[in-house]
Amino acid sequence: MGTKREFRIWRGDENGGDLQDYTVEVNEGEVVLDVIHRLQATEAPDLACRWNCKAGKCGSCSMEINGKPRLSCMTRMSTFEEAETVTVTPLRTFPVIRDLVTDVSFNYEKARETPAFAPPADVAPGDYRMQQVDVERSQEFRKCIECFLCQTVCHVIRDHEENKQAFSGPRFFIRAAELDMHPLDARTDRKEYAQAEQGLGFCNITKCCTEVCPEHIKITDNGIIPMKERVVDHRYDPLVWLGSKIFRRGQVPQTFVTSAQHGGAVHSSAPHGGVHSHAGGSHDAPHEVEAQRGVNWRREVPHPTAPATDANGKLPLTELTFDRAAAPSPFGDDITFPLPPEHLNFAHPSQDEPKH
Amino acid sequence: MTETRIERHHYDVVVIGAGGAGLRAAIEARLAGKKTAIISKSLFGKAHTVMAEGGAAAAMGNMNSRDNWQVHFRDTMRGGKFLNNFRMAELHAKESPHRIWELETYGALFDRTKDGKISQRNFGGHEYPRLAHVGDRTGLELIRTLQQKIVSLQQEDKRDHGDYEARIRVFSETTITELLLDGDRVAGAFGYYRESGEFILFEAPAVVLATGGVGRSYKVTSNSWEYTGDGHALALRAGATLINMEFLQFHPTGMVWPPSVKGILVTESVRGDGGVLKNSDGKRFMFDYVPDVFRKQYAETEEEADRWYTDPDNNRRPPELLPRDEVARAINSEVKAGRGTPAGGVYLDIASRRSAEEIRRRLPSMYHQFKELADVDITKEPMEVGPTCHYVMGGVEVDPDSGAAFGTVRGLFAAGEVSGGMHGSNRLGGNSLSDLLVFGKRAGGHAASYADQLTARPAVAVAAVEAAVETALAPLQRDTGESPYTLQQDLQAVMGDLVGIIRRENELVDALARLAELRERVAKVSAAGGRRYNPGWHLALDLRNMLVVSECTAKAALERQESRGGHTREDHPGMDPKWRQVNLVCSLDGDTVRLTRKPLPKMRGELIGLFDRGELAKYLTDEELAEFDALAEEASK
Repeated sequence: MGTKREFRIWRGDENGGDLQDYTVEVNEGEVVLDVIHRLQATEAPDLACRWNCKAGKCGSCSMEINGKPRLSCMTRMSTFEEAETVTVTPLRTFPVIRDLVTDVSFNYEKARETPAFAPPADVAPGDYRMQQVDVERSQEFRKCIECFLCQTVCHVIRDHEENKQAFSGPRFFIRAAELDMHPLDARTDRKEYAQAEQGLGFCNITKCCTEVCPEHIKITDNGIIPMKERVVDHRYDPLVWLGSKIFRRGQVPQTFVTSAQHGGAVHSSAPHGGVHSHAGGSHDAPHEVEAQRGVNWRREVPHPTAPATDANGKLPLTELTFDRAAAPSPFGDDITFPLPPEHLNFAHPSQDEPKH
Repeated sequence: MTETRIERHHYDVVVIGAGGAGLRAAIEARLAGKKTAIISKSLFGKAHTVMAEGGAAAAMGNMNSRDNWQVHFRDTMRGGKFLNNFRMAELHAKESPHRIWELETYGALFDRTKDGKISQRNFGGHEYPRLAHVGDRTGLELIRTLQQKIVSLQQEDKRDHGDYEARIRVFSETTITELLLDGDRVAGAFGYYRESGEFILFEAPAVVLATGGVGRSYKVTSNSWEYTGDGHALALRAGATLINMEFLQFHPTGMVWPPSVKGILVTESVRGDGGVLKNSDGKRFMFDYVPDVFRKQYAETEEEADRWYTDPDNNRRPPELLPRDEVARAINSEVKAGRGTPAGGVYLDIASRRSAEEIRRRLPSMYHQFKELADVDITKEPMEVGPTCHYVMGGVEVDPDSGAAFGTVRGLFAAGEVSGGMHGSNRLGGNSLSDLLVFGKRAGGHAASYADQLTARPAVAVAAVEAAVETALAPLQRDTGESPYTLQQDLQAVMGDLVGIIRRENELVDALARLAELRERVAKVSAAGGRRYNPGWHLALDLRNMLVVSECTAKAALERQESRGGHTREDHPGMDPKWRQVNLVCSLDGDTVRLTRKPLPKMRGELIGLFDRGELAKYLTDEELAEFDALAEEASK
């Protein structure tokens, strides 16, 4: 009852790798993860892939399927043409560990930096009273399964390693929004924090995150925009903000200023803007045009090289000295930023649509 | 062995498992001032707890003020067919409201009642609406809340000590393969990082097991790959004992079609919110399957059952809300009688009973899941469901108050699904989430005080570590053995076909013979590839845990000659009060599983007094009943 289908799956580790061809049997009603499991049970027993619930609830099996970040347990084989080759690659924004498994620790670090819920001082456990309508707004964001698809698709970090330090990403904007909207959270500076510490100003609302969210959380409309607007209300002239929003495409992409810059020294460590074009923050118009024209997915993109290791494959550092101080660059020592735009693989979903 | 690099860590408490019980235990140990490690087989926050949909049972009395811990206790004992450890059921019923309220102080956002309290929903086996819930993603809310609480503790440590990981650290994607002992005391745990394949050794005087269940030994299961009985097997090998291993819960309503989602659960709240079960003739068949012990609480006509949804005080419950084992058996009988769907299930219909809008509002992730995974619109068509291996009631035999493991080992604690006794022969829906919190907190707290009272730290023996390294590397060094995937499939076939939902003596004997064969083959398993993130190798190491736990289940199932809760013997269909007094205890004697009988602890007078005699008569022996009567007489004097 099954049919033979063609798959191309990226195999390799941080030292490099390539796409390998597989012909696999696919049965009616199966999803991409089923096919990967079949491969593991047959010709590729050591094919590395994360998964847990296989029901779209844990957010473990994120990968890029035909270039699109997806949960493989939620990608039905029936959505592809029978003759179509399905290409499966690891999440691009995070360093590869092996095959389809990437190092997503970036997200856990950002989670740790986001201030936790602050319980109200004068309410005893059991005495919390909230109305359903008030908790619903936060509940939408708490649906998040932490698949990190929004993080991997976000162009602020997808092609800009250098932004990772200052930018937490959509997942943690909605965490801030969730706490901001929590009826009993005792902290009152969630928005300001998001702006100053999480790099909210970097986001220019392209809504890629909302598009890939498997939980259909309206990340941009319900989370990011309300926070941005209120930050703007507090600090900036909304007309200037609106004006820059209208003109940001086409005419003046490079001169659009982030709210952080516009507002002056909100936070001294906030890096400079200029990351608002989809093709990369190169400030180089011809290159950008070139990069936006189309993307050749099969093109060799240089892989980051790991730092030198000892005979056991470990960094020549003891645990005591390794942890914080002077750790080597996680992106490898042979990469300089910003990356040249012709090495970047991002195409905005709407780039081919007529401009407004 | 000299060239093998092993990363060493020192902790006061090591918690193995990062689901609800593990995280709650770790929070408690850290709050007690202990340096705590959390070992997570997956990434942090992906544990199987996220799959729990219905809610967490706690007698807060928000929906019906008549609810209290005594009623909850009664429901739990009734659900477990009186085989529960009464003390655990008592603690659970008393403490779960506090554990739920505590979650709110960690930032949890439950659905609310009109007056702003935590809303509670109906669920099979619970007399009053009792399940605190968040739509149908309560497990996710619980795990995220605990995860974020741990982050907040790490932020405190960063403030105080300059390092997030000063006192509590999560080791994600790390598997423990061996517990190390110093005499009869836990001295540490040995394992490997899944990502790199590098070995890691924890030296710690106290270990809390919170590894969940064993479902991956079954073909149709709702459990994720992590559920390989690691904690059960680690405990056995360390000298602890397991009880009630014959009791496995088959969730009555797992999806059976389409195949990609086979085994995925359809939450009981679909039935709580009006969904009904129908066979291929379109008949609502559950009315034919109400057992005598439940006759009084359940409706006899469709009309009465339907009135209950809006007026529960004056009507009896629909039989679709019978405890899970009853529903699973009923579905099994219908399918066997030839009235099932083509895929071997029955229909669960909510589409014809509630408006599309209401279904979407009340069961949002159910709707979403079916739509996306299977392209089935539950507001328009019925679902095809059947029994799925879901939960193991059996587990590490523990002291009810502290969670300390029995047997010959000290310093070992267990909480959550990996511990046994709390749920007796059958778990009520919603009781597991509150179980995680109540006993997770207890195990974490007692592990911390155990570590405190030690005068000297137990030491890890070098030889034991070397042996553990050798065992772990063995499958990679062999290339003559079978693939771990083939072995797992064969194990699943044995367990699914011969030790499944309905059991027979000859099949169980057969199963034990086959498991013995499999044991030989598993001992020779080989895994291709290297140590770096190699799922084949990981499975090869998990197999030996799955095997020993399966042997426990098969042996205990053969021994217990009655049907009760999650154990149904076709050749011994009735419940036998004599068997109610017995727990089957598994221990390891060298390599062999040894089975012994042990009397159940006797319920205290004031607790047994909560039941009426008519009900007890169904469960107790004549001598026990006479004792009860004497007690009642004394009380009335």
